[in-house]
Amino acid sequence: MIFPLLSTITVSHYLAVGAVMFVTGVLCMATKRNALGILMGIELVLNGANINFIAFGSPYLRSESLGLDGQLIALFVIVLAAAEAAVALAIALNFYNNHSTIDVDRADELKG
Amino acid sequence: MMLLAAFPLYDFLFMLFAIMACGFAVGVLFSTNIVRMAFYLVISLGSTAGLFFLAGAEFVGAMQLMIYVGGTMVLLIFGVMLTAQERFISLQASGRDWILGLIAGSALLLLLLNAAFSVPKWTADRPTDTLAVDQSKTATPLGLALAGVRADKLGADEKLQPGMSGYLLPFVIVSIHLLIVLIGAAYMARTKRKQVVTNPEPTGGSAD
Amino acid sequence: MADTINQFLGLDVGSWFGYVVTSLIHCALLLQVVAVGALVFIWMERKIAGRIQDRLGPTRVGGRFGWLQTLADGLKLITKEDLIPADADRMLFKLAPYVAFMASFSAFLALPFADGWVGQHVNTAVFFVLAVLGLEVFGVILAGYSSGSKWSLFGAIREAAQVVSYEVPLGLCVVVPVFLCGTMNLVTIANKQAGLFTNWLVFHDPFTFCTFWVYFTCATASVNRAPFDLAEAESELVAGFHTEYSGLRWSFFFMAEYGSMFLVSGLATLLFFGGWHGPIPLFGPQMLDWAYAPGGADWALSGYLANLAGCTNFILKAVVGVIFMIWIRWTFPRLRIDQVITTCLKYCVPIAAVCFLGALVWEAMDIPSPNNLNLMSGQPSSTVREHWVLPQKPPATDEKTTPPAESGKPVAMKQSLRPANATLANHRPGQPEPLTQGGDQ
Repeated sequence: MIFPLLSTITVSHYLAVGAVMFVTGVLCMATKRNALGILMGIELVLNGANINFIAFGSPYLRSESLGLDGQLIALFVIVLAAAEAAVALAIALNFYNNHSTIDVDRADELKG
Repeated sequence: MMLLAAFPLYDFLFMLFAIMACGFAVGVLFSTNIVRMAFYLVISLGSTAGLFFLAGAEFVGAMQLMIYVGGTMVLLIFGVMLTAQERFISLQASGRDWILGLIAGSALLLLLLNAAFSVPKWTADRPTDTLAVDQSKTATPLGLALAGVRADKLGADEKLQPGMSGYLLPFVIVSIHLLIVLIGAAYMARTKRKQVVTNPEPTGGSAD
Repeated sequence: MADTINQFLGLDVGSWFGYVVTSLIHCALLLQVVAVGALVFIWMERKIAGRIQDRLGPTRVGGRFGWLQTLADGLKLITKEDLIPADADRMLFKLAPYVAFMASFSAFLALPFADGWVGQHVNTAVFFVLAVLGLEVFGVILAGYSSGSKWSLFGAIREAAQVVSYEVPLGLCVVVPVFLCGTMNLVTIANKQAGLFTNWLVFHDPFTFCTFWVYFTCATASVNRAPFDLAEAESELVAGFHTEYSGLRWSFFFMAEYGSMFLVSGLATLLFFGGWHGPIPLFGPQMLDWAYAPGGADWALSGYLANLAGCTNFILKAVVGVIFMIWIRWTFPRLRIDQVITTCLKYCVPIAAVCFLGALVWEAMDIPSPNNLNLMSGQPSSTVREHWVLPQKPPATDEKTTPPAESGKPVAMKQSLRPANATLANHRPGQPEPLTQGGDQ
């Protein structure tokens, strides 16, 4: 496992960083009780995916890279993530205003 | 000194940004204070922007800083400030959630890392060692691609091939999407005035 | 510069050592600009405020004009007790001033002071500067929250709302010079305005002129200067987000503020007022022909002196912008937060949008402008386009041919209206742009 650290940086290293951020985001979504913590997990997941796209689109790392496509997709992901964060925050604020709590474990009115 | 001269600056910078990004992401995961989580996330996203710059995506890196860090994170921090009462700053999940999460998370991480390092094309060395900066001047080609003209594929055949299309339609769709989202979010998060109720209502609904 | 250092030490060109040393030198120089600039600006503010209020200002420390007053103040601040409130979040409280200062300082990395004198040649320099300036709001929010007091939090949230709102018209105003020049590279934008002052973009058309004033208003709001300074409103919120800060931590916030003031003034100079090019091209190719003969024996020194004069010119213009901000501060009363946001959303954004459309139409319909006279600029009068327009062939082939596939496609820009110019964004006409990483000096 130490070998990847000693070699020159390739696409795989970028993918590894993306993977770590992705998994961290998923764990964040799974274990946080604060609705905004879950939102932070979503941001981490999207960033991990973006790193992947940029790595594949980088002209420095591969000679047959995706080129502009990778960067364009990453651009769209950034924009859509911002939009989705705005909506999620509006939902969270609404929930807070109605229930006076931001704890998602209390969002169980539809239970049973 | 000769040994130091062979020091790979690119790799060092990559390691620096990568460790910052992953380290602060893990900090987000394990922190209990919501404000500190937000701050760690800001640093993590900023380091990701650094990674983008290293990979030659100058414009996307600047956009990450401006929109993600400067916009989305400010929004998030506002939300945190508005809801950061004493009892909500440190909410902890139960231990069972953590164990299940860690098992699933580590399995996924091992799978992804294995996949990342097992494709020989991806672990091949970098094409050049001297990095030409003009390959990262992507702002104008990006702008043109969003307007429908793929400036980097102008030399290709006239026949329509995969990877040749412009991005005008997604651009317009995303613009309208953003407009709808902004209107919707502003409407949803508006201040609701409590109506003055003269007759006592059985349901007591006052907010809308 | 990196290559010079590498050669001096006998290492291969491209080795890391020269780049690291170069970047350290650049950072040190820029740090001097910010720190000494803050020193000078605080002194200037007190003197100008005094004169506006019919008094003298500091006159004792350092002679008749009180030059060293700010130094004395700095020494006093350093020796103050370091207080942290009991309710404060210690780590964030200590971190906040550095975040604010870091955001303000990082933007200087992409700001050119003269032709080629820039910390790092960033091709999307305008975008980068705007993006990094927007990060200053984090320092403010962190300071406000971690102080543990209501006044700080209110001040911080107000300021964050203000800065984030004003980023929109600021961006709109900044895009006008960008599309007039066809590039986001600040060196290129400034070089396009070489020559007589009629080449300056502020005189390009009435819409650009109006854009400059809207930009200045938005920039003043963006750095929280009066009349938009209710975040630090001394008469309302004690001191807003930096109430609980004392001593050196407080001075970091103020270095960040004055640094940002110099930065937005510098950006205005580069975008609208020709950057380091003076109103009359004293060091231009017409007057100093011998200085521009590349390859000549004495070209390096005279080119350096010309750049030095240009740098002085740039700093003078930016300082005039800062003086203007100081003048406005001591003349106008403060706006309320709802008035601030109203100004942004109801006045600045529509005016900026109209100016944007107007300048676009003016340029697209080729309505004559003083720029077309192109007096004494030494450059061909054509739109600068980036390298990518031409097919990516090795330089051996003729660079002036337009790509063959382009003739059939509806090109989304007015490339066909102007002659395709192969000599693009560079200061020495006829030479390709330097491709080395790290920026040469």
